[in-house]
Amino acid sequence: MKFKTKALLTAGFMTLASLGAGTAQAVDLTMYYPVAVGGPVTKVIDDMVQQFHKENPDIKVESVYAGNYTDTMTKAMTAMKGGQPPQLSVLFSTDLFTLMDEKAIVPIDEIPGADKEWLNSFYPAFMENGRVEGKTWSIPFQRSTIVLYYNKDAFKEAGLDPEKPPTTWAEMAEMSKKLVKKDASGNVSRWGVEIPSTGYGYWMLQALAIENGQKLMNEAGNQVSFNAPKTVEALQYWVDLAAKEGVMPKGAVEWGTLRTDFLEGKTAMMWHTTGNLTAVKEAAKFNFGVAMLPAKERRGSPTGGGNFYVFKSASPEQQQAAVKFIKWMTAPERAADWSIKTGYVAVTPAAYETEVMKNYVKDFPQALVARDQLEHAVAELSVHENGRIYKIMNDAIQSALTGAQTPQEALDGAQKQSERFLSRYK
Amino acid sequence: MVSAVMSAVESKAIRRRNWQTNINAWLLLLPAVVLLAAFTHYPILSTIYHSFHSLSRGGTSEFVGLENYTFMLEDDVFWQVLRNNIIFALATVPTSIGLALLMAVWVDKKMAGRSFLRLAFFTPTVLPMIAVANIWLFFYTPGYGLLDQFLKSLGFSGHNWLGDPSTVMSCLAVMVVWKEAGFFMIFYLAALQTIPPELKEAAQVEGASRWYFFRRVTLPLLMPTTLFISINALINSFKLVDQLVIMTKGGPNNASSLLLYYIYEVAFTFQDTAFAATLTVTLIAILAGVALTKFVYLDRRIHYQ
Amino acid sequence: MRQKDHSVETIAAWALALLWLLPLAYSLWSAFHPSEYATRFDLTAPLTLDNFVRAWNQAPFARYYLNTLMLVTMVLACQLVIATLAAYAFARFKFFGRDVLFALVLVQLMIMPDVLIVENYRVISGLNLLDTIPAIGLPYFASAFGIFLLRQTFKGVPNELVEAARVEGASSFGVLWRVFVPLGKTTYIAFGLVSVSYHWNNFLWPLIVTNSVESRPLTVGLAVFGAPETGVDWSVITAATVMTMAPLLLAFLLFQKQFVQSFMRAGIR
Repeated sequence: MKFKTKALLTAGFMTLASLGAGTAQAVDLTMYYPVAVGGPVTKVIDDMVQQFHKENPDIKVESVYAGNYTDTMTKAMTAMKGGQPPQLSVLFSTDLFTLMDEKAIVPIDEIPGADKEWLNSFYPAFMENGRVEGKTWSIPFQRSTIVLYYNKDAFKEAGLDPEKPPTTWAEMAEMSKKLVKKDASGNVSRWGVEIPSTGYGYWMLQALAIENGQKLMNEAGNQVSFNAPKTVEALQYWVDLAAKEGVMPKGAVEWGTLRTDFLEGKTAMMWHTTGNLTAVKEAAKFNFGVAMLPAKERRGSPTGGGNFYVFKSASPEQQQAAVKFIKWMTAPERAADWSIKTGYVAVTPAAYETEVMKNYVKDFPQALVARDQLEHAVAELSVHENGRIYKIMNDAIQSALTGAQTPQEALDGAQKQSERFLSRYK
Repeated sequence: MVSAVMSAVESKAIRRRNWQTNINAWLLLLPAVVLLAAFTHYPILSTIYHSFHSLSRGGTSEFVGLENYTFMLEDDVFWQVLRNNIIFALATVPTSIGLALLMAVWVDKKMAGRSFLRLAFFTPTVLPMIAVANIWLFFYTPGYGLLDQFLKSLGFSGHNWLGDPSTVMSCLAVMVVWKEAGFFMIFYLAALQTIPPELKEAAQVEGASRWYFFRRVTLPLLMPTTLFISINALINSFKLVDQLVIMTKGGPNNASSLLLYYIYEVAFTFQDTAFAATLTVTLIAILAGVALTKFVYLDRRIHYQ
Repeated sequence: MRQKDHSVETIAAWALALLWLLPLAYSLWSAFHPSEYATRFDLTAPLTLDNFVRAWNQAPFARYYLNTLMLVTMVLACQLVIATLAAYAFARFKFFGRDVLFALVLVQLMIMPDVLIVENYRVISGLNLLDTIPAIGLPYFASAFGIFLLRQTFKGVPNELVEAARVEGASSFGVLWRVFVPLGKTTYIAFGLVSVSYHWNNFLWPLIVTNSVESRPLTVGLAVFGAPETGVDWSVITAATVMTMAPLLLAFLLFQKQFVQSFMRAGIR
């Protein structure tokens, strides 16, 4: 016992010495994390942080929860301009260009402690958004793809095979028609399918565009193809689901309340992030299935979610401590645990080889769908002025869905506006 | 003439006393002046300054003349939020004033349970807008929100109230009227209580109908109050954006966005402070315009008596 | 005939009043009932405090309360002192530049700190005060509205009282403290209530300048508190909403008359 303490102490001192701090003081890190305060995820993160601190008393991580991704990015940027940036943060993997333009972050692979082996242990699809100019700028953590959730009971009721979710766009539209339920007075009491259009509409459209064989941006992040014929076709299909087929409510479908809609049986299918899987699993009072998104020309979904970034203004000690923390957070057991607790995709193949994960997916194979979809996945839309471009895209989608503009008009407008901002980066 | 014969000593004493008064007064004002300069006057001037400069992401600033302004004039979203704001003002100001007047007249009367009425009308005023937005958000939720449930029970179909650009503005306006009317009621109530009761008695003796009295006596007497409230409500309609953060984020497709919310978005989400400054100049110009109208036309009579 | 008119009006007034209370009643319903009753109305539904317990445990509301309390106290104290001094100077002194200065003060009535968020953020950041409670209050410490109100009040103080105090040997400050401040009592209460409710409810500016639990006031805390997407349900959110507005609402119900009269006073000017 005594010996152990001593060994621990020595180890502790050695770590400190290797960090080059020279003092026996703990390294303080502030981490911004994109989650609303009070959600179950807050608790999961808090527990992980606490566990880390127990194992690494010399590093103290304080997590700050600031709302959704946009809110957190706003906060991080605002704090940086105000001279008090965090040392690390989980932000959209796609905010990379903006963060580079702001000279806010450092490449992870330049920080001592970030070895090649570790950097290569992640799913390549998740690393795509983080690698620019031959450097690795961010580490995947809270990552997802879009999946199709469907209500098996509703499928049965509508005379569909609950084990056969739609695999193509046409099938999805057809099945949705059968799933729509109306009450005596002709009002819809259950929709066939809902694709959310607030907040992350661009993400959904990107999925449709990918499936239709269209990439939305170039590698350099200064060129978008919003009004390419195939993108327009993708949006047209989406609009038609509501306007022509009558299987989706007209107008904007709220991202935030969609899950409740699904759980309350207001819609038989929904497109949503896999990050919702555990919450759906816990609250669903019916049998539900999870499937890959249906195909047009091909299957596909953009990856999504957040990566760890380390800020430039952090001291070398803090940067190294941050890497240590990130490494800890993404270790296979933790990644597995995290995935089980939330539904997000575990970021390394090794996580799926752990015992806990193997046992979990045995009983709940739905948890593998999002990962399996990775082979069809494409990097999420990521360009300079990301926040603005997302907004422009979301606005265009909403104006098409609400019928204010045709998909062609809306996307022409979005293309024009985006080019106005992106021309600065050519 | 008299001053000419005043002795030099006396005038010196007066001057010294003046000196002292000046110093005293300025010392008393110092904290207020410093704070006002730092958080009102300097920011206004520096907003104008920044609107003529570009601020690249790297952090260097250079003079660009009117470039930000042309950029603004070519910005569709700017025109939309401006239009939205005018519509929002037109929708909320007259309605809430009309309702406020009605409420005030009712509460001013000896009506059964008038203190309860006053309480009911005034309560929304003391609530935080952010809390109010939370409550109303659920009202408008499609499908199982209160409004849709009510409509469904009557056999109508539900509607995506906040998701439809043609209804979102009205929904927000209704909420704001609900919140503001009680506040304006108070001003009317105060004004009504200054109308001498003899007037009413006289009118009754003359046999004038209540409506006639209201139209010919009460309403004209309330005119200054109405103008005062209108100005305040107008200014308010350019300030009220809290609800957007919770309820719509300005959507769908900017249909509910207002100028100040757009400024917030541009400055803090898009980090484009130069453009945000340009938009702020527009907002300041609008508010200053309203203020000048007020001072020139309305306050002449009661100009700092 | 007239009687009938009256009763029709009374009914209309009551109908409007009930309609006006409906949103509030609804939020109370949903906060005090289990979440399965959030959208269903059933008089036999069991009452529960569970939603409050959950909201309280899920986010640091105790700290938010403390922050808001500190904020409104600090703002009010500073506003009262600064506005009293300034109003005294404007009302009772003849000095160089008075009218210009007063006009400059009035600028704030029209162009409030609320619209100068971008530049004020720069100033606060320059003072190195970001993410602190004083940062939220500072732009509001000098209140043109307060100065204006108190100046009107002070102007109405009879000269004889001032002279009498002078004769007794009171200094300028003595006169202010012994004569003006006591006579301004109702104005102070009126302004105080308006100010407290304003800053209790203020949102956009605190949202911008605060990041952490240590400085966030209740309104911002409520806004970043669970959204449906993170799994917090409506009943818990309404419970949190009710908690946010409860103190002010209770104060209002208890001191209704003072509130209404204060708002009236502040309004007439």
